[in-house]
Amino acid sequence: MSKICIIGDRDSVIGFMAIGFSVHEAEDVQTASDILSTLASDEENAIIFIVENYAMALEEQIAKYKDFPTPAIIPIPGKDGSTGYGMANIKHAAERAVGTDILFKE
Amino acid sequence: MAQLRVNPTRMELKKLQARYNTARRGHKLLKDKRDELMRQFLEIVRDYKELRLKVEAALSDVYGSFSAAGALTGPKMLEEALILPKKEGELYVDRKNLMSVTVPTFDFKVKGNDATGSYNYGFAFTSGELDASLGALSSVMEDMIKLAEKEKTAQLLAQEIERTRRRVNALEYIMMPQYLEAIKTIKMKLDENERGNTTRLMKVKDMMLKEQMGYLEE
Repeated sequence: MSKICIIGDRDSVIGFMAIGFSVHEAEDVQTASDILSTLASDEENAIIFIVENYAMALEEQIAKYKDFPTPAIIPIPGKDGSTGYGMANIKHAAERAVGTDILFKE
Repeated sequence: MAQLRVNPTRMELKKLQARYNTARRGHKLLKDKRDELMRQFLEIVRDYKELRLKVEAALSDVYGSFSAAGALTGPKMLEEALILPKKEGELYVDRKNLMSVTVPTFDFKVKGNDATGSYNYGFAFTSGELDASLGALSSVMEDMIKLAEKEKTAQLLAQEIERTRRRVNALEYIMMPQYLEAIKTIKMKLDENERGNTTRLMKVKDMMLKEQMGYLEE
């Protein structure tokens, strides 16, 4: 049995407590980074959601886990709404794979 | 292009030909692998895109109603209401082999009552907005887990595709031409030797004939 974690500022993540996520509040990037490294080192945390503005700041740290099956570190929009970072991420992956952006061209 | 340095011998030629054949077979296989990986990847990314838009829209709704609930209820009360999960479930992580890439699968099983079950707080001190936003949140939850699975799979596949693509290109544009070039060089060299041999023989024969004729003429 594995856990789903969520890292973010209090207002964004508090609701997830009620649906059984393991909620970790972080008020600044440094705290978020510390929490992320603790969570990621534990095999039990299979999915770690992280609020987009932190995910952006911690991009390098997150990239380290990119090539392993777990944990899946997934950016989600925070309370300020989506910044499009999550989409940009997959766009980047597509570019990496295909060599060019063939999916998101509008 | 850097040329392979080889001894122009028949043995070397045979070796190179064998290597070229292996390279060609490998190239064909890898190309097929790349195509299939690409197909799967595009499928996943398309699903992912849809899912992401859905989840983001749902979450922004949730945040909206949540801040309303927070304003009406007060932070202390809100935390108290939320601290016991309304919905408990278990997440099972498994690994799947997708084109020899190990990808995780997440399976979420709700324990006991499902999403429509009761709330774990009294209704006296909380506002109705809270109930609504929690309902929305628990319905988006499964999509979020699916999203996580898809995103991870896409990332892992992307990495594998990149690697396969590199291999295919290296074989196609570096290794195979190099082998061909080396094979050609050896063949030319061997042919040249052969011709050299023939002319030498002819020359020797001429000389020998001349010698004999000379004796006869004398």
